[in-house]
This record gives sequence, structure tokens and C-alpha cells, in this order.
Amino acid sequence: MDKEALLVKVQEKLKAEFGGGFISSELIADYPVFTLNRDIICDAVRFLYNDEELSFQFLTNLAGIHYPENKGHELGVMYQLHNLRKNYRIRLKVFFSINEPSIPSITPVFKGANWMERQEFDFFGIVFKGHPNLKRILNMDDMGYHPMRKEFPLEDGTREDKDDKMFGR
Amino acid sequence: MSEIEKSKVNIVKAPDGIEGPGFFVTTMDKAVGLGRKNSLWPLPFATSCCGIEFMATAASTYDLGRFGAERLSFSPRQADLLMVMGTISKKMTPVLRQVYQQMAEPRWVLAMGACASSGGIFDTYSVLQGIDRVIPVDVYIPGCPPRPEQVIDGILEIQKLALNETTRRRNQPEYKALMEKYGME
Amino acid sequence: MSKEKNISTDLIEKEYTTLNLGPTHPATHGIFQNVLKMDGEIIVEAESTVGYIHRAFEKIAEHRNYYQITTLTDRLNYCSSPINNMAWHMSVEKLFNIEVPKRAQYLRVIIMELSRIADHLICNSVIGVDTGALTVYFYIFQLRELIYELFEEVCGARLTTNIGRVGGLERDFSPKAWATLDKILEEVPKGLKEFENLLVRNRIFMDRCIGCGPISAEMALQYSFTGPNLRAAGVDYDVRVMNPYSSYEEFDFIVPVGTNGDTYDRFMVREEEMWQSLSIIKQAREKLKKEPEGVFNANVPDFVLPPKEEVYNNMEALIYHFKIVMGEANVPKGEIYHAVEGGNGELGFYIISDGGRSPYRMHIRRPCFIYYQAYAEMIKGCLLSDAILTMSSMNVIAGELDA
Repeated sequence: MDKEALLVKVQEKLKAEFGGGFISSELIADYPVFTLNRDIICDAVRFLYNDEELSFQFLTNLAGIHYPENKGHELGVMYQLHNLRKNYRIRLKVFFSINEPSIPSITPVFKGANWMERQEFDFFGIVFKGHPNLKRILNMDDMGYHPMRKEFPLEDGTREDKDDKMFGR
Repeated sequence: MSEIEKSKVNIVKAPDGIEGPGFFVTTMDKAVGLGRKNSLWPLPFATSCCGIEFMATAASTYDLGRFGAERLSFSPRQADLLMVMGTISKKMTPVLRQVYQQMAEPRWVLAMGACASSGGIFDTYSVLQGIDRVIPVDVYIPGCPPRPEQVIDGILEIQKLALNETTRRRNQPEYKALMEKYGME
Repeated sequence: MSKEKNISTDLIEKEYTTLNLGPTHPATHGIFQNVLKMDGEIIVEAESTVGYIHRAFEKIAEHRNYYQITTLTDRLNYCSSPINNMAWHMSVEKLFNIEVPKRAQYLRVIIMELSRIADHLICNSVIGVDTGALTVYFYIFQLRELIYELFEEVCGARLTTNIGRVGGLERDFSPKAWATLDKILEEVPKGLKEFENLLVRNRIFMDRCIGCGPISAEMALQYSFTGPNLRAAGVDYDVRVMNPYSSYEEFDFIVPVGTNGDTYDRFMVREEEMWQSLSIIKQAREKLKKEPEGVFNANVPDFVLPPKEEVYNNMEALIYHFKIVMGEANVPKGEIYHAVEGGNGELGFYIISDGGRSPYRMHIRRPCFIYYQAYAEMIKGCLLSDAILTMSSMNVIAGELDA
């Protein structure tokens, strides 16, 4: 099955199963990408896991993203699923408001999502509902902010040896 | 004596002193410094890339044992040289400080690589911008990571310090002031 | 056990000891903290804490140009930096739609396979060290130095190589580099054979490793294992075969798999992979003979620096030089994911570009980070000394784990 056929196939199945939960689909580069409603994400991942034809039983990647300009849909999460037998790869996306950054956890389906979700919580402050142990993983517990959000600076701020005039920062 | 001269083994020269039949007199500092210099026990505090380059230094090709520093001490209580190799993040900082404080006098610190010396390319919210913000450093080795030859050069610099260090260092006012600056006893 | 009535062991047996392993422990090979709940010598429960060298790669990448991010990838899995560099270049090439000439692809294959050997050598020798065989570690470093010599000749650095450029390599292999490669192809098999003679059928080593820290294929897939650790559990997933990049589809090699997913299987899978890598390098040398000499990068003025003489004498070259150094490339908008088979498994870069000079978002799929979370579960019920061995055989690299 090539990418276009896969896109159509998964789209049909998701629409039939979830109806309004399915928002859109497109082919970006070599990946079929599906945007879903956040409430159904765990069910959708479980559905794709159990579906006999598709059986996406390998979670490749999970990443958060922050678009400050998209009002109402500032934060997003991207899931990459892989069917190792037939080598199908798809990407699922959900977007939601920064004021209510919570989303169902997919740890019931994939144990490996545990630390990936903790990392995105640490970076973006996305709360994964139903996660067994949702706390910061890479940064210190008392950090107080979520550094990967666009409004926070990269640099440390304690250095005194930098001359801002010269570098136009 | 002639046997040793023929072989490739180098024996360090005795310090200045008065020699006569059956005796040799020198100062305590010089004798102790000589011993310390040639038997450093480094504690490799390896966190990232520089640690791999240190492994190469300690392994067969570069052989740190030639300089008497091959006995790696993983316990801070029994080490004289703290080799900080790699990025120290803010999460790691208290650990590094604690390790330093556990070390017994005399102790030297070697910051290996750009990250340990200044934060290196990682000028970010999570990285400590140079370990000299939390512990005193004696020798910095530049490089990202430094070549094994540079590491050996750094060890030789530490050896010079060890040779000339007085045995009463911890009673000196300068040393006390330095420790106070870092908030240590 | 005591026969005397006034000494009761009942109470002691029910009490657990908490043991703190790390973050700076000589046996952990990197800085991870594991808090272990011990029943005597047996681990009842474990909890891992990571993040001790978190350096915020993904945040830095949002502030750097595409070619500057290569230096960050060096410091991911620093045992095999060239693979990471190449992975990044290939991801950017995918975003920019750059076709790399065949000769450059084969040269990249040679470099990547050499660094895979260097990576697996260090992991396997560390397994040796943890089982009490320090000798192999000293043997192995001579082979690694040979590989470093080639990297130095090709790019000037030993460990953090920053090798290659977007579009190919920054320079061709010199005659000295080819001579070093010949030496490697002669010396490494000998050294590897010697290494295997010391360990593979060594009774002590086998007793120590077989059955130590096993993981089933189902569990490994649940935890998104990739690379040698997954293959040791019996799943033949290799990115080089499933989604070939850099002309890997033209090479003939075997993907070794284990059965039990224990330390011995992981060790053996890595051993066999090194032999396969050597065979791939030989095949690449043969293929290179048919390719035109001197081609080592694609014609992408956005990324490949013009020669220095041109820069001084030619206006256009000077402009391109300036543009490249300032990071002004015509970046297309897009979103791509590209993965390669790194030393530890599927190393993937997910890039979202909004057309700006640096990526809008860059996410790294770091195999170590993903499979290390299974460690706490794998060592449950193990002896403490086996837990150490399990960790070293998983080849957990702190730099890649914490990014």
C-alpha cells in the first residue's frame, strides 16, 4: 500500500469509528498526517493498535509543539506510529488551548510513552491525564516554568561576559 | 644503578638537599611534594563526551600510567585530583559540590573541556556556566573535547602545582579566603 | 537460618534496604541515578532519575542555523558522532529536497559504518570491564584509535567530528585516508577476532551474561526499543533495511537477531553487526571504484562553501560564502521526519520549518531516552551486580539520553 492509499484507508477507518473526532488529514512530505480531536486521542491510538489490518503497534515518537499565534490551539502534540510488519508510518496530531493544556495519556496503550510524555510535560506543561507518574524528568522539580514554550529565553541570563552591543541581541 | 640507566625507566631526580655517606637531608615539603606529584590519584567525574576522550587517555595508546596517575580513585575520600569532564548541568551542581567537599586535602581540580570550563556551546537555561562558579579550579584544559595530549599536558600542570605545594596549605590565609568565597569550610 | 531462638531473622528478612546508585557512580557509565529497594542482594524495586546533563538541545536548535545544529548532534551519542551528523544532514537534505551524488553517499556509508564499529566496540569492551575482564578494554582502544585516525584525516577531529556538510562531505578522502582505511580493514578484523576469542566462549563471561537482564520481544516493542537491544530480543527491525537511506538498499548484509534479549544476546548482536559493518565498508569500496573521482557533494550553493581561492577572487563566491556563514538559506516551509540506524537504534530528527533561518521546532528521537525507561523494570528481581551489567549492555549514553 503506498502513502496515498494508506492515507485514504486510515482516514476512512478513523472517520467510521470516531466521526466528529476526526478533523483533517493530509500528506506532508512522505507521511500521512491526521489531525484529531484531543479527547479521542487515546482511543484512536488504541483503535489503530488493535485494528487487524493496520495494527500500528510501535510508537516511534512523541513531540509537543507551541504555536503562540494560533489562538485557541496554541499547544499541540504529535504522535508517530509505525507498523513494523508492513512498514506503514503515520503521524497523528492534536491541538488544544494553552489555557487548558490537558490531553488523555496514551500510556495505557504504549508503556514507552511514559517518559516521552513526561518530557513533553517538562518542556511545554502539557498535562497528560491518566499518566502514572507525571512529573518533570529532565529539569529540576523547582524550575517553575516550562522552558520550551516560545516566550521563555534560551540563555541562562547569569553570564556577565557578553557584550550585547556587538551582537545585536 | 647501571641497570636502571640502561633501561627506559625514568627515575625522578632527588630534590635539593645535603648528601653524605649514608644520609640525605632535605625539607619535608620537597619530599612530600615529590611523592604527591608522581602518584596523583584522579577522580574522573565524567559526565559526557570528554569522559570518552579521558578513557582514550587512560587506555593503551596514550597510557596515563606513564605519569603515575593511572590509579583512578572512584571514591572522593581517597582522591587528590578531581577531574571534571563534561557538561555540568544545574541539576548536577549540588552533586559536584558535594563530591568536592568530600575530598581530603590536598585536593586539586582540573576542568577538562569547554563545558566544564565555561559552559561551552551550551549557553542555556539548564547548564552551569563553568564549574568555577561553585568550586575552585586549578587547571583548565581548552578543547571540545581536548585531545589526549592536552589532557596529559593538563595533568603535567597539576603535577607542577603538586610539587610546589606546601604541606601547610590549608592554614594559609589566602586558601582560607578562597574557601570562604565559595562558601566552604 | 539461626538455630538459636533468641536471634530472630524474621524481622530482618522483611525489611528492605534503600540503595542509591548514582548519579556519580563508577559503575553507571554516565550520570543516572537509580534508587533501588533491595532485599539483601536482590533488587525489589527501582526508580530511575535522569536529566543530570540536560543541555536543552531542542531549545538551542530553535535559535541556530541549520548548519550550526550539526555541532549539537555530535554531542548526542558521542561514541558514534558521525552517524548523528549524517542523520542531521540527511534530514536537512530531505527538507530541502537535495539529491546527493552516489559517490558521496557511499563515502557516507563508509564513515557511518566505521563509527558503528567504534560505538559497538566501546559498548562491548565495557561489558567486558563490568564482568571483570579489563584486558579487552585496553585491546579495543587500539582499534578505536585507528578509526579516530581516519576521522581526523577526513574532518580534523577525533570524537566530536562535525563531519560532512549538507549536500555531501566538506572534503574528499585524501590518499592518507584511503591508506588508513586499508589499515583498518586489515587490523580491525584481527583485533575483533582476538576480542571474540577472549570473551565469546569464555565460561566465566557466559555464566555472567547468559540470562542476565532479559527482555521479551513483546515488552521491548511496548517500550519502543530499537537498535541492537530490540534485535537481541528477536525482532529484526533495522532502519537501514526497512527505510533505506544513503543507498543502503544496494548493500548486502545480514541483520543479526538474538532470542532471549539478555546481556549475552545484546553482546553477540553487536559483535555480529561489527562484522557486517566491515563487509559493508568493503562493498562500498568496490562500488566507489565505478564512480567518478572527486565528486563528494551535491551542487547546493546554499550550503557548500566555495573554495577559498574563489572566495578571494570571485564576487559570486564571496556572496555565497557570506550567506552560508551568516546562515541565510532559502529554507522551504515543511515538516519532515528522517530516521537512521544509529549506534543505539532509530535516531530520528523531526523538523518543522516555517521558512525562517532556524527550525521552528526540532525534536530528536533519541533511542537511549526511550529504551532506558525499561531499565527499572528489567532489573527487578535481578542481583545488584547483574543490574550493572544490564546497564552497560544496553549502551546507555548520557549525552543522548538527556539531550
